[in-house]
Amino acid sequence: MHNFDFVKPSSIADAVKAMGQDGAQALSGGQTLIPTMKQRLAAPSVLVSLTGIKEMQGVCMGEGGLHVGAATPHAIVAREAKSHYPALAALAGGIGDPAVRVRGTIGGSIANNDPAACYPSAVLGSGATVVTNKRKIAADDYFQGLFTTALEEGEIVIEVVFPIPEKAAYVKFNQPASRFALTGVFVAKFASGVRVAVTGASQNGVFRWTDAENALGRSFNAQMVSGLTVDASEMIGDLHGTPAYRANLVKVLTSRAVAAAG
Amino acid sequence: MTKVSMTVNGRAVSGDVEGRTLLSSFLREGLGLTGTHVGCDTSQCGACVVHVNGQPVKSCSVFAQDVAGAEVKTIEGMANADGSLSVIQQAFQDHHGLQCGFCTPGMVMSAAALLKENPKPSEQDVRHYLEGNICRCTGYHNIVKAVMAASGQDVSQIAAE
Repeated sequence: MHNFDFVKPSSIADAVKAMGQDGAQALSGGQTLIPTMKQRLAAPSVLVSLTGIKEMQGVCMGEGGLHVGAATPHAIVAREAKSHYPALAALAGGIGDPAVRVRGTIGGSIANNDPAACYPSAVLGSGATVVTNKRKIAADDYFQGLFTTALEEGEIVIEVVFPIPEKAAYVKFNQPASRFALTGVFVAKFASGVRVAVTGASQNGVFRWTDAENALGRSFNAQMVSGLTVDASEMIGDLHGTPAYRANLVKVLTSRAVAAAG
Repeated sequence: MTKVSMTVNGRAVSGDVEGRTLLSSFLREGLGLTGTHVGCDTSQCGACVVHVNGQPVKSCSVFAQDVAGAEVKTIEGMANADGSLSVIQQAFQDHHGLQCGFCTPGMVMSAAALLKENPKPSEQDVRHYLEGNICRCTGYHNIVKAVMAASGQDVSQIAAE
Protein backbone atom coordinates (compact mmCIF):
# COMPACT_ATOMS: atom_id res chain seq x y z
CA MET A 1 0.00 0.00 0.00
CA HIS A 2 1.09 3.58 -0.53
CA ASN A 3 2.49 5.32 2.50
CA PHE A 4 0.66 8.11 4.35
CA ASP A 5 0.93 10.24 7.45
CA PHE A 6 -0.83 8.69 10.40
CA VAL A 7 -2.48 10.94 12.96
CA LYS A 8 -4.52 9.97 15.99
CA PRO A 9 -6.35 12.93 17.49
CA SER A 10 -7.95 12.63 20.92
CA SER A 11 -10.82 15.07 20.38
CA ILE A 12 -13.49 15.58 17.71
CA ALA A 13 -12.27 19.14 17.15
CA ASP A 14 -8.74 17.93 16.40
CA ALA A 15 -10.08 15.18 14.14
CA VAL A 16 -12.15 17.68 12.15
CA LYS A 17 -9.07 19.88 11.80
CA ALA A 18 -6.95 16.93 10.64
CA MET A 19 -9.65 15.97 8.12
CA GLY A 20 -9.27 19.42 6.56
CA GLN A 21 -5.87 18.46 5.11
CA ASP A 22 -5.54 17.52 1.46
CA GLY A 23 -6.04 13.81 0.85
CA ALA A 24 -7.18 13.12 4.41
CA GLN A 25 -9.28 10.06 5.12
CA ALA A 26 -10.90 8.97 8.39
CA LEU A 27 -9.89 5.56 9.75
CA SER A 28 -12.12 3.81 12.23
CA GLY A 29 -11.64 0.06 12.86
CA GLY A 30 -10.06 -0.34 9.42
CA GLN A 31 -11.45 -3.80 8.77
CA THR A 32 -12.57 -2.71 5.30
CA LEU A 33 -10.39 0.33 4.69
CA ILE A 34 -7.05 -1.38 5.37
CA PRO A 35 -7.64 -4.27 2.93
CA THR A 36 -8.90 -1.66 0.43
CA MET A 37 -5.69 0.35 0.82
CA LYS A 38 -3.62 -2.81 0.36
CA GLN A 39 -5.33 -3.24 -3.00
CA ARG A 40 -4.55 0.41 -3.75
CA LEU A 41 -8.23 1.10 -4.25
CA ALA A 42 -7.75 3.85 -1.69
CA ALA A 43 -4.56 5.83 -1.23
CA PRO A 44 -5.06 8.65 1.28
CA SER A 45 -2.12 10.90 2.04
CA VAL A 46 -3.23 11.43 5.64
CA LEU A 47 -5.03 8.84 7.69
CA VAL A 48 -6.94 10.20 10.69
CA SER A 49 -7.57 7.47 13.25
CA LEU A 50 -10.80 8.03 15.18
CA THR A 51 -10.19 5.26 17.70
CA GLY A 52 -8.53 7.51 20.27
CA ILE A 53 -11.51 9.84 20.74
CA LYS A 54 -13.23 8.98 24.03
CA GLU A 55 -16.40 10.99 23.31
CA MET A 56 -17.06 8.77 20.26
CA GLN A 57 -16.96 5.56 22.30
CA GLY A 58 -19.68 3.70 24.15
CA VAL A 59 -23.36 2.91 24.33
CA CYS A 60 -25.91 4.70 26.54
CA MET A 61 -29.60 5.53 26.74
CA GLY A 62 -30.41 9.19 26.26
CA GLU A 63 -32.64 11.63 24.45
CA GLY A 64 -34.24 9.96 21.44
CA GLY A 65 -33.21 6.42 22.39
CA LEU A 66 -29.99 4.47 22.38
CA HIS A 67 -26.86 6.51 21.61
CA VAL A 68 -24.04 4.51 20.08
CA GLY A 69 -20.73 6.31 19.70
CA ALA A 70 -19.46 6.04 16.12
CA ALA A 71 -16.11 4.56 17.19
CA THR A 72 -17.72 1.85 19.33
CA PRO A 73 -16.60 -1.59 18.16
CA HIS A 74 -19.18 -4.24 17.28
CA ALA A 75 -18.14 -6.41 20.24
CA ILE A 76 -19.01 -3.62 22.68
CA VAL A 77 -22.38 -2.95 21.03
CA ALA A 78 -23.12 -6.69 21.12
CA ARG A 79 -22.48 -6.72 24.86
CA GLU A 80 -23.72 -3.34 26.03
CA ALA A 81 -26.77 -2.76 23.84
CA LYS A 82 -28.25 -6.14 24.74
CA SER A 83 -30.55 -4.98 27.51
CA HIS A 84 -31.65 -1.82 25.65
CA TYR A 85 -32.02 -3.01 22.08
CA PRO A 86 -31.51 -6.78 21.75
CA ALA A 87 -31.99 -6.90 17.95
CA LEU A 88 -29.25 -4.31 17.44
CA ALA A 89 -26.92 -6.14 19.84
CA ALA A 90 -27.56 -9.42 18.03
CA LEU A 91 -26.79 -7.82 14.67
CA ALA A 92 -23.53 -6.38 16.00
CA GLY A 93 -22.60 -9.77 17.48
CA GLY A 94 -23.05 -11.43 14.08
CA ILE A 95 -20.82 -9.16 11.99
CA GLY A 96 -17.69 -10.78 10.58
CA ASP A 97 -15.93 -12.83 13.23
CA PRO A 98 -14.78 -12.19 16.82
CA ALA A 99 -11.49 -10.49 15.88
CA VAL A 100 -13.19 -8.27 13.29
CA ARG A 101 -15.79 -7.29 15.91
CA VAL A 102 -13.05 -6.12 18.29
CA ARG A 103 -11.88 -3.52 15.73
CA GLY A 104 -14.77 -2.76 13.37
CA THR A 105 -17.09 0.10 14.32
CA ILE A 106 -20.61 1.29 13.53
CA GLY A 107 -19.34 4.64 12.28
CA GLY A 108 -16.93 2.98 9.89
CA SER A 109 -19.61 0.65 8.62
CA ILE A 110 -22.19 3.31 7.83
CA ALA A 111 -19.64 5.80 6.47
CA ASN A 112 -18.52 3.16 3.98
CA ASN A 113 -22.10 1.96 3.26
CA ASP A 114 -21.06 -1.33 1.71
CA PRO A 115 -24.16 -2.75 -0.03
CA ALA A 116 -23.73 -6.02 1.92
CA ALA A 117 -22.88 -4.59 5.35
CA CYS A 118 -25.20 -5.39 8.27
CA TYR A 119 -25.33 -2.06 10.15
CA PRO A 120 -26.97 0.08 7.42
CA SER A 121 -30.08 -2.13 7.69
CA ALA A 122 -30.34 -1.52 11.45
CA VAL A 123 -29.85 2.23 11.05
CA LEU A 124 -32.41 2.50 8.24
CA GLY A 125 -34.76 -0.12 9.72
CA SER A 126 -34.83 1.66 13.08
CA GLY A 127 -35.25 5.11 11.54
CA ALA A 128 -32.15 6.14 13.47
CA THR A 129 -30.46 9.54 13.35
CA VAL A 130 -26.86 9.89 12.23
CA VAL A 131 -25.16 12.65 14.19
CA THR A 132 -22.08 14.20 12.58
CA ASN A 133 -19.76 17.02 13.60
CA LYS A 134 -22.00 19.34 11.55
CA ARG A 135 -25.61 18.14 11.75
CA LYS A 136 -28.17 15.43 12.40
CA ILE A 137 -29.17 13.33 9.41
CA ALA A 138 -32.26 11.09 9.33
CA ALA A 139 -31.44 7.55 8.16
CA ASP A 140 -33.87 7.98 5.24
CA ASP A 141 -31.73 10.85 3.94
CA TYR A 142 -28.37 9.41 4.92
CA PHE A 143 -28.06 6.31 2.69
CA GLN A 144 -27.84 7.41 -0.94
CA GLY A 145 -26.78 4.30 -2.85
CA LEU A 146 -23.82 2.02 -3.32
CA PHE A 147 -20.97 3.22 -1.07
CA THR A 148 -22.67 6.62 -1.10
CA THR A 149 -23.96 8.63 1.86
CA ALA A 150 -25.02 12.16 2.69
CA LEU A 151 -21.64 12.78 4.34
CA GLU A 152 -19.73 15.69 2.90
CA GLU A 153 -15.97 15.90 2.44
CA GLY A 154 -14.32 15.87 5.85
CA GLU A 155 -17.58 15.27 7.75
CA ILE A 156 -17.30 12.73 10.58
CA VAL A 157 -20.03 10.55 12.08
CA ILE A 158 -20.00 11.14 15.86
CA GLU A 159 -22.83 8.89 17.00
CA VAL A 160 -25.99 7.12 15.91
CA VAL A 161 -29.20 7.51 17.89
CA PHE A 162 -31.63 4.59 17.68
CA PRO A 163 -35.28 4.94 18.70
CA ILE A 164 -36.22 1.71 20.49
CA PRO A 165 -38.96 -0.25 18.71
CA GLU A 166 -41.59 -2.42 20.39
CA LYS A 167 -40.24 -5.44 18.56
CA ALA A 168 -37.39 -5.98 16.14
CA ALA A 169 -35.17 -8.63 14.61
CA TYR A 170 -32.41 -8.95 12.06
CA VAL A 171 -31.98 -12.09 10.02
CA LYS A 172 -29.16 -12.50 7.55
CA PHE A 173 -28.26 -15.14 5.05
CA ASN A 174 -24.50 -15.38 5.39
CA GLN A 175 -22.10 -15.38 2.51
CA PRO A 176 -19.86 -17.81 4.35
CA ALA A 177 -16.52 -16.84 2.79
CA SER A 178 -16.74 -13.11 3.46
CA ARG A 179 -19.26 -13.33 6.33
CA PHE A 180 -21.06 -10.36 4.82
CA ALA A 181 -24.82 -10.62 4.26
CA LEU A 182 -25.74 -12.30 0.98
CA THR A 183 -29.01 -10.69 1.97
CA GLY A 184 -30.09 -9.43 5.37
CA VAL A 185 -33.39 -7.99 6.59
CA PHE A 186 -33.99 -5.77 9.63
CA VAL A 187 -37.60 -5.49 10.75
CA ALA A 188 -38.72 -3.05 13.46
CA LYS A 189 -42.25 -2.53 14.76
CA PHE A 190 -43.00 0.85 16.29
CA ALA A 191 -46.33 2.18 17.60
CA SER A 192 -46.34 4.42 14.52
CA GLY A 193 -45.72 1.63 12.00
CA VAL A 194 -43.34 -1.01 10.76
CA ARG A 195 -40.00 -0.47 9.03
CA VAL A 196 -38.30 -3.12 6.90
CA ALA A 197 -34.74 -2.48 5.69
CA VAL A 198 -32.90 -4.80 3.34
CA THR A 199 -29.14 -5.07 2.88
CA GLY A 200 -27.03 -7.20 0.55
CA ALA A 201 -29.69 -7.47 -2.13
CA SER A 202 -29.97 -4.26 -4.12
CA GLN A 203 -27.52 -2.72 -6.56
CA ASN A 204 -28.41 0.57 -4.88
CA GLY A 205 -27.41 -0.53 -1.39
CA VAL A 206 -29.66 -0.72 1.64
CA PHE A 207 -33.34 0.04 0.95
CA ARG A 208 -36.76 0.01 2.63
CA TRP A 209 -39.24 -2.56 1.38
CA THR A 210 -42.34 -0.41 1.63
CA ASP A 211 -44.85 -3.04 0.39
CA ALA A 212 -43.87 -5.23 3.34
CA GLU A 213 -43.98 -2.27 5.72
CA ASN A 214 -47.55 -1.50 4.66
CA ALA A 215 -48.68 -5.13 4.90
CA LEU A 216 -47.00 -5.66 8.27
CA GLY A 217 -48.44 -2.36 9.49
CA ARG A 218 -51.90 -3.88 9.01
CA SER A 219 -50.95 -7.02 10.91
CA PHE A 220 -47.51 -7.89 12.26
CA ASN A 221 -47.51 -11.47 11.13
CA ALA A 222 -45.08 -13.40 8.93
CA GLN A 223 -47.98 -14.58 6.71
CA MET A 224 -48.58 -11.00 5.58
CA VAL A 225 -45.42 -11.17 3.46
CA SER A 226 -46.31 -14.36 1.60
CA GLY A 227 -48.52 -12.70 -1.02
CA LEU A 228 -46.02 -9.94 -1.85
CA THR A 229 -43.57 -9.93 -4.74
CA VAL A 230 -40.11 -8.40 -4.83
CA ASP A 231 -38.91 -6.79 -8.06
CA ALA A 232 -35.69 -8.59 -9.05
CA SER A 233 -34.69 -6.05 -11.71
CA GLU A 234 -32.46 -3.99 -9.39
CA MET A 235 -31.10 -6.88 -7.36
CA ILE A 236 -27.42 -7.85 -7.31
CA GLY A 237 -26.43 -10.81 -9.43
CA ASP A 238 -23.04 -12.44 -8.81
CA LEU A 239 -21.48 -15.86 -8.42
CA HIS A 240 -23.15 -16.25 -5.03
CA GLY A 241 -26.72 -15.67 -6.20
CA THR A 242 -28.84 -14.43 -9.09
CA PRO A 243 -31.11 -11.39 -8.81
CA ALA A 244 -34.15 -13.71 -8.63
CA TYR A 245 -32.50 -15.69 -5.84
CA ARG A 246 -31.85 -12.53 -3.84
CA ALA A 247 -35.39 -11.26 -4.46
CA ASN A 248 -36.68 -14.50 -3.00
CA LEU A 249 -34.30 -14.22 -0.05
CA VAL A 250 -35.71 -10.77 0.73
CA LYS A 251 -39.15 -12.28 1.12
CA VAL A 252 -38.05 -15.37 3.05
CA LEU A 253 -35.80 -13.42 5.42
CA THR A 254 -38.46 -10.77 6.04
CA SER A 255 -40.87 -13.53 7.12
CA ARG A 256 -38.21 -15.03 9.35
CA ALA A 257 -37.37 -11.67 10.88
CA VAL A 258 -41.04 -10.99 11.66
CA ALA A 259 -41.35 -14.45 13.24
CA ALA A 260 -38.13 -13.90 15.21
CA ALA A 261 -39.33 -10.50 16.44
CA GLY A 262 -42.36 -12.32 17.88
CA MET B 1 9.32 7.32 10.32
CA THR B 2 7.68 7.61 13.71
CA LYS B 3 8.78 5.94 16.88
CA VAL B 4 6.17 3.59 18.29
CA SER B 5 6.27 1.93 21.72
CA MET B 6 4.18 -0.87 23.13
CA THR B 7 4.42 -3.86 25.43
CA VAL B 8 4.80 -7.18 23.65
CA ASN B 9 4.63 -10.37 25.69
CA GLY B 10 5.35 -8.37 28.84
CA ARG B 11 8.42 -6.63 27.41
CA ALA B 12 8.53 -2.91 26.63
CA VAL B 13 9.52 -2.52 22.98
CA SER B 14 9.82 0.35 20.53
CA GLY B 15 10.78 0.85 16.94
CA ASP B 16 10.58 3.22 14.00
CA VAL B 17 7.59 2.63 11.73
CA GLU B 18 5.94 4.21 8.71
CA GLY B 19 2.27 5.17 8.70
CA ARG B 20 1.51 2.07 6.68
CA THR B 21 3.42 -0.36 8.93
CA LEU B 22 0.96 -3.03 10.03
CA LEU B 23 1.08 -4.53 13.50
CA SER B 24 1.90 -7.89 11.87
CA SER B 25 4.90 -6.32 10.06
CA PHE B 26 6.09 -4.59 13.22
CA LEU B 27 5.98 -7.88 15.13
CA ARG B 28 7.55 -10.02 12.42
CA GLU B 29 10.05 -7.67 10.79
CA GLY B 30 10.60 -5.12 13.54
CA LEU B 31 10.79 -7.48 16.50
CA GLY B 32 11.61 -10.78 14.79
CA LEU B 33 8.52 -12.43 16.30
CA THR B 34 7.72 -14.56 13.26
CA GLY B 35 5.33 -16.85 15.11
CA THR B 36 2.52 -14.53 14.03
CA HIS B 37 1.74 -15.71 10.51
CA VAL B 38 0.31 -13.68 7.65
CA GLY B 39 -1.90 -15.87 5.52
CA CYS B 40 -4.35 -13.92 3.41
CA ASP B 41 -3.38 -10.36 4.37
CA THR B 42 -7.05 -9.36 3.90
CA SER B 43 -8.44 -10.06 7.41
CA GLN B 44 -10.17 -13.25 6.30
CA CYS B 45 -7.97 -16.11 7.49
CA GLY B 46 -7.04 -15.30 11.09
CA ALA B 47 -3.50 -16.74 11.02
CA CYS B 48 -2.25 -13.35 12.26
CA VAL B 49 -4.51 -13.08 15.33
CA VAL B 50 -2.76 -11.62 18.38
CA HIS B 51 -4.19 -10.12 21.56
CA VAL B 52 -4.26 -6.34 21.93
CA ASN B 53 -5.17 -5.29 25.47
CA GLY B 54 -6.50 -8.80 26.01
CA GLN B 55 -8.70 -8.94 22.94
CA PRO B 56 -8.15 -10.85 19.71
CA VAL B 57 -7.36 -8.75 16.63
CA LYS B 58 -6.13 -9.55 13.14
CA SER B 59 -2.69 -7.97 13.24
CA CYS B 60 -2.54 -7.69 9.43
CA SER B 61 -5.46 -5.27 9.58
CA VAL B 62 -4.29 -2.87 12.28
CA PHE B 63 -1.62 -0.20 11.90
CA ALA B 64 1.23 -0.39 14.42
CA GLN B 65 0.80 3.29 15.26
CA ASP B 66 -2.88 2.77 16.04
CA VAL B 67 -1.99 0.40 18.90
CA ALA B 68 0.89 2.45 20.32
CA GLY B 69 1.00 1.98 24.07
CA ALA B 70 -1.03 -1.22 23.99
CA GLU B 71 -0.33 -4.55 25.67
CA VAL B 72 0.20 -7.06 22.88
CA LYS B 73 0.46 -10.81 23.30
CA THR B 74 1.61 -13.10 20.52
CA ILE B 75 2.01 -16.85 20.22
CA GLU B 76 5.58 -16.44 21.54
CA GLY B 77 4.07 -15.25 24.82
CA MET B 78 1.77 -18.23 25.25
CA ALA B 79 4.11 -20.85 26.71
CA ASN B 80 4.43 -21.21 30.47
CA ALA B 81 7.24 -19.38 32.28
CA ASP B 82 9.37 -22.54 32.38
CA GLY B 83 9.09 -22.90 28.60
CA SER B 84 6.62 -25.79 28.69
CA LEU B 85 3.56 -25.57 26.47
CA SER B 86 0.47 -23.85 27.83
CA VAL B 87 -2.69 -25.90 28.33
CA ILE B 88 -4.13 -24.82 24.96
CA GLN B 89 -0.89 -25.48 23.07
CA GLN B 90 -0.50 -28.88 24.73
CA ALA B 91 -4.09 -29.75 23.85
CA PHE B 92 -3.43 -28.92 20.17
CA GLN B 93 -0.48 -31.33 20.27
CA ASP B 94 -2.33 -34.05 22.20
CA HIS B 95 -5.40 -33.97 19.95
CA HIS B 96 -3.57 -33.49 16.67
CA GLY B 97 -5.14 -30.05 16.21
CA LEU B 98 -2.68 -29.13 13.47
CA GLN B 99 -1.13 -30.58 10.38
CA CYS B 100 0.98 -28.04 8.49
CA GLY B 101 0.74 -25.65 11.45
CA PHE B 102 0.41 -22.44 9.47
CA CYS B 103 -2.94 -21.45 11.00
CA THR B 104 -2.01 -22.68 14.48
CA PRO B 105 -0.71 -19.41 16.02
CA GLY B 106 -3.98 -17.69 15.13
CA MET B 107 -6.03 -20.67 16.24
CA VAL B 108 -4.31 -20.76 19.63
CA MET B 109 -4.71 -17.01 20.15
CA SER B 110 -8.39 -17.12 19.19
CA ALA B 111 -8.95 -20.17 21.38
CA ALA B 112 -7.32 -18.38 24.32
CA ALA B 113 -9.61 -15.38 23.77
CA LEU B 114 -12.65 -17.66 23.63
CA LEU B 115 -11.78 -19.52 26.84
CA LYS B 116 -11.22 -16.27 28.69
CA GLU B 117 -14.72 -15.13 27.69
CA ASN B 118 -16.40 -18.53 27.92
CA PRO B 119 -14.43 -21.04 30.04
CA LYS B 120 -16.68 -24.04 29.23
CA PRO B 121 -17.81 -23.57 25.63
CA SER B 122 -20.00 -26.06 23.81
CA GLU B 123 -18.74 -27.58 20.58
CA GLN B 124 -21.08 -25.19 18.78
CA ASP B 125 -19.60 -22.21 20.66
CA VAL B 126 -16.08 -23.23 19.63
CA ARG B 127 -17.00 -23.68 15.98
CA HIS B 128 -18.81 -20.35 15.96
CA TYR B 129 -15.96 -18.49 17.65
CA LEU B 130 -13.34 -19.88 15.28
CA GLU B 131 -15.30 -18.73 12.21
CA GLY B 132 -12.62 -16.18 11.41
CA ASN B 133 -9.74 -18.67 11.58
CA ILE B 134 -9.30 -20.71 8.46
CA CYS B 135 -7.46 -24.06 8.38
CA ARG B 136 -6.93 -25.81 5.07
CA CYS B 137 -5.58 -29.10 6.50
CA THR B 138 -7.49 -30.48 9.42
CA GLY B 139 -11.17 -30.11 8.60
CA TYR B 140 -11.34 -28.35 12.00
CA HIS B 141 -12.53 -31.38 13.93
CA ASN B 142 -9.38 -31.91 15.96
CA ILE B 143 -8.94 -28.19 16.48
CA VAL B 144 -12.40 -28.04 18.04
CA LYS B 145 -11.56 -31.13 20.08
CA ALA B 146 -8.31 -29.57 21.31
CA VAL B 147 -10.09 -26.38 22.41
CA MET B 148 -12.78 -28.40 24.19
CA ALA B 149 -10.08 -30.46 25.91
CA ALA B 150 -8.16 -27.32 26.89
CA SER B 151 -11.32 -26.10 28.63
CA GLY B 152 -11.15 -29.20 30.84
CA GLN B 153 -14.10 -30.97 29.23
CA ASP B 154 -14.22 -34.66 28.42
CA VAL B 155 -13.69 -35.08 24.69
CA SER B 156 -13.57 -38.87 24.61
CA GLN B 157 -17.09 -38.96 23.15
CA ILE B 158 -16.23 -36.57 20.32
CA ALA B 159 -15.52 -39.02 17.55
CA ALA B 160 -13.02 -38.25 14.83
CA GLU B 161 -15.08 -37.67 11.71
